[in-house]
Amino acid sequence: MITLEHYLFLGAIIFTLGVLGIFLNKKNLIIILMSIELILLSVNINFIAFSAYINDISGQIFAMLTLTVAAAEAAIGLAILVVFFRNLGSIEVNKINQLKG
Amino acid sequence: MVLYSLTFYLFSSVAVLSALMVISAKNPVHSVLFLILSFVNASGLFVLLGAEFLAMILVVVYVGAVAVLFLFVVMMLDINFVKLREGFLQYLPFGALLGIVLVIELGILFLTDRSSNIYNNQTPLQPIINEVENTKMIGQILYTEYFYLFQICGIILLVAMIGSITLTLRDKGGVKRQNINSQNTVDASIAIEKKKVKLGEGI
Repeated sequence: MITLEHYLFLGAIIFTLGVLGIFLNKKNLIIILMSIELILLSVNINFIAFSAYINDISGQIFAMLTLTVAAAEAAIGLAILVVFFRNLGSIEVNKINQLKG
Repeated sequence: MVLYSLTFYLFSSVAVLSALMVISAKNPVHSVLFLILSFVNASGLFVLLGAEFLAMILVVVYVGAVAVLFLFVVMMLDINFVKLREGFLQYLPFGALLGIVLVIELGILFLTDRSSNIYNNQTPLQPIINEVENTKMIGQILYTEYFYLFQICGIILLVAMIGSITLTLRDKGGVKRQNINSQNTVDASIAIEKKKVKLGEGI
């Protein structure tokens, strides 16, 4: 019997893996972007699981909004990555200190 | 019902394992491919939950667009990936600690007594499969109740598109471009120059 908790736990595991990915691959900007995608996927799983089990379609609408934002974020993130690589010849995160912030 | 459980466990275990491979693969190209596998399995789970439209959108948008964009960038940039992995083991203890804490915290949420929760009484034994098609239901609510949200989604995508184009566009020097305004404002005083040519000499 698959209950709502199964889906929520799956979402939790994928969310944790995404956060872990950010910490483990601290230097590689591409993997960090992919980890963010994983986190957003876990959010989507939660939205849709709740939507199905409470029988309210609104959850799926919000999942679509998450999808849109994720796609926009990936496009902008990769564009910044390409510009950064063009300027510095590397994508190491700890070299991003030109703003001296 | 058994088949449903089996399918859920199959899809979710492959999704989790491939998510694990995304963050631990040596080659970022493999990472992207595992990300695609993870997304495909998640879309299978969405079908199980009765959200077919979102499942198809996930395949089209993520696998077809975002993951391919990632793949394109990974392959286009000439990066020394071995050097980028240097800190992996260094951060592993801290990351593992953080992950364990997160899993325990999220697990506590599920293990606590939920008898007072709102959704407890409403939870069906299995996802409700509705009479109306999923896509139709989304369409009926998206273009009426959430119309402004839909418009804002469009604006977000437009801003993202313009932003990424302006970020990556670069002017190459030495390219001759047509300037229509200056072409149209030419009149005889600019275009024709009168010179007196002396006898027996050139200009």
